[in-house]
Amino acid sequence: MSEILEKIAYCVEFGKINQQSPYPPDMKGQLGADELTKEALDTGLAPEDILKKGLVIGMERIGIKFRENKVFVPQVLMSAKAMSTAIEHLKPFFQSGDVKRSGIFIIGTVAGDLHDIGKNLVSMMVEGNGWEVVDLGTDVSADKFVNAIKDNPGSHVGLSALLTTTMINMEHILKEVKAASPETRVLIGGAPVSEDFKNKIGADFYSPDPQGAVEYLNSLVA
Amino acid sequence: MGKIKEALQKGKILVSDGAWGTFLQAKGLKAGECPELWNLEHPEEVFNIARSYIDAGSNMVETNSFGGSSIKLAHYGLEDKAYELNKAAASISRKAAGSDHYVLGSIGPTGKILMMGEITEEALFESFSEQARGLEDGKADAIIIETMSDIAEARTAIKAARSSTDLEVICTMTFEKTKTGEFRTMMGFSPSDMVQQLKTEKIDIIGANCGNGFEDMIGIVREIRKADPDIPILVHANAGIPVYKDGQTVFPETPEQMSSYVHNIIDAGANIIGGCCGTTPAHISKLKEMIKK
Repeated sequence: MSEILEKIAYCVEFGKINQQSPYPPDMKGQLGADELTKEALDTGLAPEDILKKGLVIGMERIGIKFRENKVFVPQVLMSAKAMSTAIEHLKPFFQSGDVKRSGIFIIGTVAGDLHDIGKNLVSMMVEGNGWEVVDLGTDVSADKFVNAIKDNPGSHVGLSALLTTTMINMEHILKEVKAASPETRVLIGGAPVSEDFKNKIGADFYSPDPQGAVEYLNSLVA
Repeated sequence: MGKIKEALQKGKILVSDGAWGTFLQAKGLKAGECPELWNLEHPEEVFNIARSYIDAGSNMVETNSFGGSSIKLAHYGLEDKAYELNKAAASISRKAAGSDHYVLGSIGPTGKILMMGEITEEALFESFSEQARGLEDGKADAIIIETMSDIAEARTAIKAARSSTDLEVICTMTFEKTKTGEFRTMMGFSPSDMVQQLKTEKIDIIGANCGNGFEDMIGIVREIRKADPDIPILVHANAGIPVYKDGQTVFPETPEQMSSYVHNIIDAGANIIGGCCGTTPAHISKLKEMIKK
């Protein structure tokens, strides 16, 4: 891997957004994911390589550390911010079709539930791993999920819930999604959700951490 | 009645109340409905919850104001009613508690993350101050800042409660067990981080709520006690970890199962014990019985 791609991966892993950013303290004054991505493009590196051999590698590393409880939400958020800042430079190449993303992932917090921290973490991790993410926000009804799938054929869906009372709404949404689009895979997650619950309602996948969702999605397109 | 802290200094173990959120749901609160609005629209139901805990033997009862910051209420377009809803919450619990039980005015997290710039410290401070004033004017005895995962947000809430009311201030955070068996909040803080970093705010009582059943609370209380030999500790534990059964999620721990941990929690250093999600008046009644022994 070229040196600059490794540097980009490092900045994403440790949440170094740009040169001004004071975080992390031991990288103060150094270039961040923002400047390095621009520099990589200027030197002629392929946008797809910057995404998949730089940004994605960094996100994968932080995702694994988060799964292992070696880092917590703040570190992941800073990584995601570094990634999303860098990815702005790549947006024109997504639009032109020069960079193909792995697929489309639709995500939302289920009807009745307004909590978004977990949903946002998964959204950012999946995007940072090379997927296009359609984030429907919180309190999302079955209809909204179904319409988003119609607008984005071939996409997969993630349902999030924090409350024990709203997690049961996943079952209804899952049924509606499967009725409208049987081939769509439905992933579920959130504090009260478990593998057992996934089996009982018949969802396709459950993960206690965002990295699990990323790996499952990647396995669908491998 | 005096201060809670003074009662604890006499060596008493006090009993707090049980769940509010899951209790409101059992009474018909729908997902997506604003729980705090019940203080105005169904005050008798809210009163019945508070009263059932007093009847079960609680020395103190919380208020139905966990999501009562203007920031949270904005989800329902009710941000302008923050003061009124909190005042009503405290008044209802006061009525149920009478003059011989304490009322703890509940303040929960806003869901906004300071370090991501989703909100400023000033806006948080304003919102928590207004909430605390409403609770004090409704005659709460103390403010309980609970289910916190971020020290910065907890600290802002404590400062707001301190500067805008004369009430005792309690703060409890929510810890989970990591893969290596340590306890950390979602934002990565340990029970000893909490003690060390919040000590400077001169809180009266510290502790843990939610996230765990009674069993794991023992380790959390031990760690807090090790970090500070003197500070009073409050624990609000869940009735175990939720399981999905027949289309519903239930918290499985029975009052009897829960009660088997009570003496361990006291030995670890807890001074006030009560319940969080899934605990009922039956759990509190059992707790009371155990503590009397």
